Parts: sequence; C-alpha cells; structure tokens
Amino acid sequence: MRASTRLALLIGWLGYVLIPWYLPQDGSLAGYPFGQAGTALALVLSGASPWLLPIGLALVAASLLVGREERPWIGRSLVWIGLLGLIAFFAQGFAITLPDQGIPWLAALFGGAGQAQPGMGFGALMTLFSLLLMMCHGLAYRGYCRGDLFTTSAIGIVVLLIGLFVFYPVATILQSALVESDGTLALASFFERLLSPTIWGLGCLGGGTNCGVAWNTLILAVLTGVITTLLGLACALLVLRTRMPGKRLMRAMTVLPIITPPFVIGLALILLFGRSGAITGILAEWVGIPRSRWIYGLPGVLLAQVLAFAPIAFLVLMGTVQGIAPSMEEAAQTLGAKHWSTFRTVTWPLLRPGLANAFLLGFVESMADFGNPLVLGGNFEVLSTKIFFAVVGAAHNQGQAAVLAIVLLAFTLGAFWVQQRWLGTKSYTTVAGKGDSGIPAMLPTSAKVISAVVIVPWVLLTAVIYAVILIGGFVKAMGRDHTLTLEHYRTGFAIDFSNGIFFEGAAWPSLFTTLKVAAISSPLTALIGLITAFLLTRQHFAGRRTLEFTTMLSFAIPGTVLGVAYILAFNVPPVEITGTGLILVLAFVFRNMPVGVRSGIAGLAQIDKSLDEASMTLRARSFTTLRRVVLPLLKPALITALVYSFVRCITSVSAVIFLVSAEYNLATAYIVGRVEAGEFGLAIAYSSVLIVVMAVGIALIQVGVGERKLGRRAVPVPKPKAPKQTARLTKPAVEAAK
Amino acid sequence: MSKAGPASVEFRNVSMRYGAVTAVDTVSFAIEAGQLVTLLGPSGCGKTTTLRMIAGLEIASEGEILIGGKDVTHLSAADRDVSMVFQSYALFPHMSVMENAAYGPTVKGFAKAKAQEMALEKLALVGLKGFEKRYPSELSGGQQQRVAVARALVLEPQVLLFDEPLSNLDAKLRRRVRQEIRDLQQSLNLTVAYVTHDQEEALAVSDKIIVMSNARVAQQGSPRELYEAPADAFVADFIGDANLLDVAITSVTDGRADIALGPARLNLPARGLAAGPAKIAIRPHSLLVSEPGLPNGLPGIVRKSSYLGNHVDLIVESPVGELFVVSPDTQRPRAAGDSIALAFAETGLVLVP
Ligand SMILES: Nc1ncnc2c1ncn2[C@@H]1O[C@H](COP(=O)(O)OP(=O)(O)O)[C@@H](O)[C@H]1O
Ligand SMILES: [Mg+2]
Repeated sequence: MRASTRLALLIGWLGYVLIPWYLPQDGSLAGYPFGQAGTALALVLSGASPWLLPIGLALVAASLLVGREERPWIGRSLVWIGLLGLIAFFAQGFAITLPDQGIPWLAALFGGAGQAQPGMGFGALMTLFSLLLMMCHGLAYRGYCRGDLFTTSAIGIVVLLIGLFVFYPVATILQSALVESDGTLALASFFERLLSPTIWGLGCLGGGTNCGVAWNTLILAVLTGVITTLLGLACALLVLRTRMPGKRLMRAMTVLPIITPPFVIGLALILLFGRSGAITGILAEWVGIPRSRWIYGLPGVLLAQVLAFAPIAFLVLMGTVQGIAPSMEEAAQTLGAKHWSTFRTVTWPLLRPGLANAFLLGFVESMADFGNPLVLGGNFEVLSTKIFFAVVGAAHNQGQAAVLAIVLLAFTLGAFWVQQRWLGTKSYTTVAGKGDSGIPAMLPTSAKVISAVVIVPWVLLTAVIYAVILIGGFVKAMGRDHTLTLEHYRTGFAIDFSNGIFFEGAAWPSLFTTLKVAAISSPLTALIGLITAFLLTRQHFAGRRTLEFTTMLSFAIPGTVLGVAYILAFNVPPVEITGTGLILVLAFVFRNMPVGVRSGIAGLAQIDKSLDEASMTLRARSFTTLRRVVLPLLKPALITALVYSFVRCITSVSAVIFLVSAEYNLATAYIVGRVEAGEFGLAIAYSSVLIVVMAVGIALIQVGVGERKLGRRAVPVPKPKAPKQTARLTKPAVEAAK
Repeated sequence: MSKAGPASVEFRNVSMRYGAVTAVDTVSFAIEAGQLVTLLGPSGCGKTTTLRMIAGLEIASEGEILIGGKDVTHLSAADRDVSMVFQSYALFPHMSVMENAAYGPTVKGFAKAKAQEMALEKLALVGLKGFEKRYPSELSGGQQQRVAVARALVLEPQVLLFDEPLSNLDAKLRRRVRQEIRDLQQSLNLTVAYVTHDQEEALAVSDKIIVMSNARVAQQGSPRELYEAPADAFVADFIGDANLLDVAITSVTDGRADIALGPARLNLPARGLAAGPAKIAIRPHSLLVSEPGLPNGLPGIVRKSSYLGNHVDLIVESPVGELFVVSPDTQRPRAAGDSIALAFAETGLVLVP
C-alpha cells in the first residue's frame, strides 16, 4: 500500500474514532464521545448506533492491507472495500433519518428499525472522504488513468461533489413533487398541480383575468430576448463598423451588469418612474401626465431586464461581428456588391448564429431572473417569484414550489438543449487563424441611423440609472425630497468609536457575512472548477463526456430552482445544514462552479497539451504537472474564475434568498428586504456600497494572483489550434452577469 | 545519480485504437541499445503514435512493450525512463532556459544546486552556455530546439525520442542539426527513436529504419537493405524514387531470374520469386541515356526535360510506360521530342515481391 493510501486510511480512522460523527447542536460537545457529539466507534460499541458498524468493518478490512506489497489483488480489494463502505455509508444515512422518515425496510436491515439519527458531521465527512479515496486509489492501483492516484482521486471527489450537491438536490425536487410526505406516490395531485390554470391559464387572452405564470414567464423571456438581441446587435455594429465617438464608453458598459446586483436596476427604475419617482414627478408637474403605477408589471420588469441583460447580448455579438473576416466582405465587394447588398448577402447570414445565441442567452437570463420581477412585478407573477412565494409565503406549499421549479427547469433545459443541439453544430467562426486581415466594411448609412436611434436612448437611460444609484443614497427620498443627507449611510454603516470600534449600522452583519462567504467560496469554486476543467480536457477516463455534459447542464439550473432544491434536500438528515453558513458556501460553490469550469477550459485550450506531456516524460506526475506547469500558465483563467465567482457571490439573490437565516443574512437578501419595506434610500445606498466593494475586491484579486511571466518579449503560449473566436467563449462573462 | 545506460526497446504485436480508427496495427520491432532507429513513413501512418507509446503517453490497446527487457506496457510516462523531444519543443514558456533544463531533476527531488549543475552540463553539451537566464520566447527556433534536447538529456534517460525534430527549422539548418543529433547519440551512446517523414533524413542518420505504412510496419532494416532490397513496391517507391514496372519472369535458375522487360532482357537476383508476372523497381539514375538503336535497351522518346544544375530530369516514353530518368549528362541535354535509348546500370534494379 502506498503512503498516500495509508494517509487516506488514517483520515478515515480519525473520523470514525476521534471526531464527533454527527453535526453537534450549537457546536456543543456535551456528552462526547456519546450522544449527539458521539464518535462512531463509541456509538457502535455502546449499541446506540449499530448501523455504523459496517463502515467500521470497511476500515478494518482496509487496515489489514496496510503493510502488504503491491499486488494486483490489493488494488481489487481496495476498490471493493471502498465501494462497499460507501454503499453502507449512504444506505444507513438515507435509511435512518428523522423518526417516521427514511427507508424503513433498509433501516430494519441495519438494525435501526424505528430509530432516528441527526445530520452527519465532520466525523462522517472524513470517513466518507477516506472511503472514496480508498476506492479511487484501488482503481489507480489497477491501472486506471495510467495508475495516477491524483487523477483517480480528483475524478472521484468531483463526481461525488456534483452528485451530492447538484444531482441529489435537483432529484429531491422531483421527489417532493411526486411523493406525498407520507411516502406514497401522488401522481394525481402532481398532474393536478402541474396542469393547474395558475400555471397555464389563458385568461388574459379573453381579457379580464391574468394569464398563467408559465405564459407570463415565456412572454417576458421572449420579449427580453428579442429586444436585448436587437440592442446588442445595433451596438456591436456601431462600435465595430463605424467611426463612432465614445466607443470606449460603450465597451465599459458591458462591465456594468457584471458588478451590478440584478435587482438594482429595478430599484432605480422605481425611484425614477414609480408613483413618486423623480421623472414621474417632473412629467406630472410640467406636462401634466398623471402619476400611475405603470412601472409595476410587465412593462417595468421588461424594461429592467432589457437594461440589465442587453450588455450581455452586446458582448456576444461583438464576438460574432469581430469573427466575420473582413476579407469575405472585401471579396463580396470585389465581386461587385454594393455596401447594402454586401451587408445583406454576406454579413447578415454570418451574423445569424450569433443572434440566435444572444437571443437564447437573454431568454434564459430573463427566466432565471428573480430580483427584478420581485421588486417590480406587482401583480405580474413569473415562475421564479411564484416559487419564492410558494416557499416563504403564507401558503408554505413546498409541493407547489417543487412543481413550479420543475416547469422552470424544463424551460431552461429546453433552451439549453436547443443551444447545444442546434447552435453547437453550427460554426460561428470565420476566423481560421492567420492571414485574414483587411478592413471591415463600414455600415451603410441607413443601418447607421437605425442603430443610433435605438442606442442613444438606451445609453442615456443606463447613464441616468447609474446616476440614480450613485446619488440615490445621498438624498432624503429620491423623487420627493432631494435634500442632501448622509442619513441612509448612517443607518446602514455607522461605526461607533466611543468604546473601541463597534459596527453599529444595520447593514454591517449582512455585509460581513457576504464577504466571509464570498471569500471562502470563491477560491473553492475556482479550485474545483479548474480541477474539473483539467480532468475534462487533459485526462481520459470512462464517463468523461457524461461528466462534461453534467457540468454544462448545471449552467441551465436557475438560481431559484437551486435554492428550492437546497432547502428541500438539506433540511433533514443525513445532510442537515439549513440555517448554517455552510449551506450558503455550498450553494455559491456549486452555482458558480460552471463559471470556474468554463474559464478553466478556455484557459487550458490556450496551453498546448505537449507541455503537460513534456512534463510527464520528465518524470513529473499529474499533480506536479498541474502545480508547476499548468497552474502558472493558467493564471489568467484563475483570475477570471476568482473574480466571477466572487462577484456572483455578492450579487446573486435568487439561489440564496431561501437559504439565508437571521444569523446568516446576506447583503442582497437584506437589500431586497429593505425594498419590500419601502426603505429605498438605504437599499440604494447599500447597493452602491456593494458595487464599490466589488470593484475593490476585483482589484485585490488581480494583485494577489499576479501576472504570468512569459519572458520579456511578449510571445503567446504555443497554441494547439488557431484560436477560435466563438460567441460562446464569452459565456463566463455572461454567466457572471446573472 | 546511477546511470542506467541505454536500453533496448521491443514492441510485440502492439496495436493502438482510437474508437474505430486503428492508428497502429499489430506492430512488432526491436531497437537495440545504443542504436539510432528511425520510424519513417508518410503522414498519418502511425509514427507519432508509436513513439508516444514508447514514451508512455499513450497506453497500447493490445500487445507488449519492453524497455531494457522489462515489460512497461502499462507504466505511465512518469514511471518510464524515457525522454522525448517534441515536435513543437514544448518548452515551458514561463520558465527560463535553466529552469526548463533543470525541470526533470527538480521534480525528481534533487536539490536545486545539484539540479542546476546537471542542467548546466547538458546545456553546455548542446552549446547553450550563457543562455541560462533567457526565456524560450527570447531564443531562435534552433536554440529552442537545443534547449529541448538538453532538457530531455538531463536525466540521462534509457531511451530518447525525437518526433520530427527538424520540421520547424529552415532547410539550411536541418542538415547541420541532424548531424549534431547523430553525433550526440554516438558520443553519449544513447538509444534513440527518431520519427521523420523525410527519407533522406532517415537514410543519413539511422542505424536502422522502420518503414511504416497504413498503421503497419512495411519493412525494417539498415538503410542499405531498404534501398537495395525493398520488401515491396511501397518501400521501393518511398525510399529513393523508383520506376515501378510490370515484368515477366521467364525462368529462374540458381536464384537468378531471367526477365523480360518490354523488348529488353535482364538477369537479376530472383529474391524468392518464381516464373510469372512480377514487378521491378528501377532507380531513375540506373536508366542510362544512350543513342537510339542500342542492343538490349529500351527505345524511347523524351517527353520532358528539366535542367537542374548538376543533373537533368527526363520523362521518357517507352514501350513499357512512362519512365522517370535522372541523367548526369548536363553537357548534352536532350530536348523534348528526341529519340533515345535507355540502357541499364549494374545497380539500382531490383525485383520486388
Ligand atoms: N487522439 C487520437 N484520436 C483519434 N485518432 C487519432 C488520435 N491520434 C492519432 N490518430 C489517428 O491515428 C493515425 C496516426 O496518427 P499519427 O501517429 O499522428 O501519424 P503520423 O505521426 O505518422 O503522421 C492518424 O490517422 C490519426 O488521425
Ligand atoms: Mg506525427
């Protein structure tokens, strides 16, 4: 047995013998090593939890192999010991949970009929880890992944994590939609809920009543997709194909949504166009347009989403327009085509895949958006808000939430499927590598005019909105009383220096929690993401394509669905972590992991595989190769992953609004609370603080990770292929903007 | 560091499949310790795959691979005592020349000073003393290649592999570098496997050549054997140009065959062939241009003639088909349309099975 396997075994024994098996209540160790704080060994020996015995037996069996020389049968035995241990581990965990829950027949098999046990804790975690490593090491001994312990272990860990924190929660949604709380299959009530008129009703067509939420969501998503795509296209064409002034400003605009919490736009719109909004007031006094609540409902949500997501479409379409080789348009011109017909016959067809992609992104973003419909929706309900109110509202109907989550998930997965099947096979790119120089064709004048007419109002409105965000916190009440004041900042962020430093302001606790959670989860996200990317691109193993597909799929899970899934899955044993800070960290890590994977894959695509191979032929194992060769060259990707996951931790609302608790509140959830209470000043002040915090955080990350050094002459890392400039490469940026 | 010395390499019925593609198909060969063996063949025939299987970068789907008599079929690259010089050189762009060269001993756990000393020795050997602090991006292509060679040599591997090492160098440099590699191999007594698609390069440096075609070994042997006794038409054509013609063997006596080639009669070693139709490979310079009416020659008419400085290339139409002829006679170049006769030289004619 190799040294690292012995270490893995040692970890298992520590978890089984020394560390409390369950999650101690309120961190108290009363009764150790028995009772709630008991270790597995003590609980088995005292007869309290006999079902933990098989796990101990697995550890004993593995210990018998310790001193042996490496033979084929050792590897095989390790695989079986690890596998059986894991099965025993999960079987007892899911069989014996709360009283009257779990799987009774399996519980009886383990000798725990009618018993209950609390959620698993650190002892269980260490033992689980050890059993998993044992199995993976056994596979490596048997020659899997060229016998590389690191590779098999990393695959095992990634698969387990994704299974436990993505698949299991999503499966739990299905389960709670289909199964009644007493364990019987309830297909009838499932279909009744699924087909209910509140979801699919068409009342709005005949006038009068509202349409179902599914239709609302779809209509909103289609409108948002179309409008953002058109705006993005106009903008991309203007920036890249005219000598328009202010191009840098336009590019800077694409960064804004990344560091703006999604509901902030909606909030600013209320301050501008709400009944007592600034612009509403001006219009009422000067032009005599009566004050109304038009902003609450479809128009407002649509406006907010368009403003929030159009920059994403712009980013995607910039890539597409840049990818159209000027030489092709020049070719068309030398063949006698005029400006307009070049655009129509060459440029436009090449743009189409990019347009479809931009539309789908806007479509999915809109469906997944939660913050704007929440603050601006009024009576206009969409799936994400309906799910939220089903969970936290008076009805407290988890079955209904699960059904709605399934509908929403079906929509986003459908869009994802279309994107993969249809766009995945089409080539977006015309940049084939070298030699494609030339001067891009300028836009025909009519197209210029149309684009400008569309864009100028948009840019102006965006500018006004960000001005509101900046100024709003410094006036008494935007729209009503424009006296300058520091009152909102004082409420939120006052510090009392009279007795040392006391963070008095109401916003401090949530800000500190947010920063802490972001600081813990973003390195984890980057680490897991980059390792997964390394496995996916650089290693061959059975099931690689499935793993790749799974990580891609988790892109398509809307935050609201993930949030619901987490409370459904993790508020009962075996994993009972709702209300803790841990669940927030986990939610962020697995929600943002695709971003890490994406930037890792994009980064690795820039590093020629022969560098890894050269390292391997120089006797370096894959861990050393990863550390000495790949990671230093991956620094840009590392920065991207860190920045995006950090920013997304701070800005995201949908996934975590279900998961926050009084003790662990997050900035965005706090702000949404202020908005609902009508304290707009504090909300907007806090939002601008968040934007500043993110800017500082990004700068710190960039300084901390440092530049990658490739010699004094700037020469790119050898590239395996011509860099393909596809619209989809910008996905991390897009993801981050959610 | 204990020097293991050069080791032999042996393939026994090795195959490599990628899904439906068979990149290497039941290949067997042996490389003796201390020899330089080239894998030669057209692009896509499986040379790189074979080399990567020696390195352990691909694990064979079938068969056994032995290095120094030990079965290494399932060992990973990091566990084999084999180094490789990559076609792209694969220098680590974020490390200086010194760090690149010292990478092997460093990851093997040698102290930094010792690792640098080992690296410096090999860098000096390839003539790169004084370049230690530079980064790969600050070197010319030729220098980069030397760094790659030095880096591969530092651990004094049992087998050293080169994948088309000259393909990124300009034509002038190639001749010199291939000779340097050969000198290095001989003076350090290394086992080297060398991949190329250039037959001239292979002939110039090898102790032994393994010719591959369509994922299989077409023939292996010394350069002279391959040239003078090609196993089949493919090898005859690939190693030095050849005119491949249909002939009839009229009789075989004492291992020599009487052959009818159009109107001409030849007598060549039979190479195990019996009477009947066969093929002959005739090197372009073994067809000698003479005046028409030559007894036992091939009459012909010049179709094309190109003057190339030290020789003349001719395309000649003859009763047995179009022939490619290289004539050293630059003083009286034949013009298109001239009637000539072709005589046969003593060497450069061979029956192919
Ligand atoms: N990773 C791979 N996956 C699929 N096919 C491959 C792979 N590597 C090589 N091949 C195929 O195997 C054959 C031999 O390739 P290679 O060994 O690189 O040829 P050579 O080096 O002689 O040009 C080619 O047809 C190539 O397409
Ligand atoms: Mg090759």
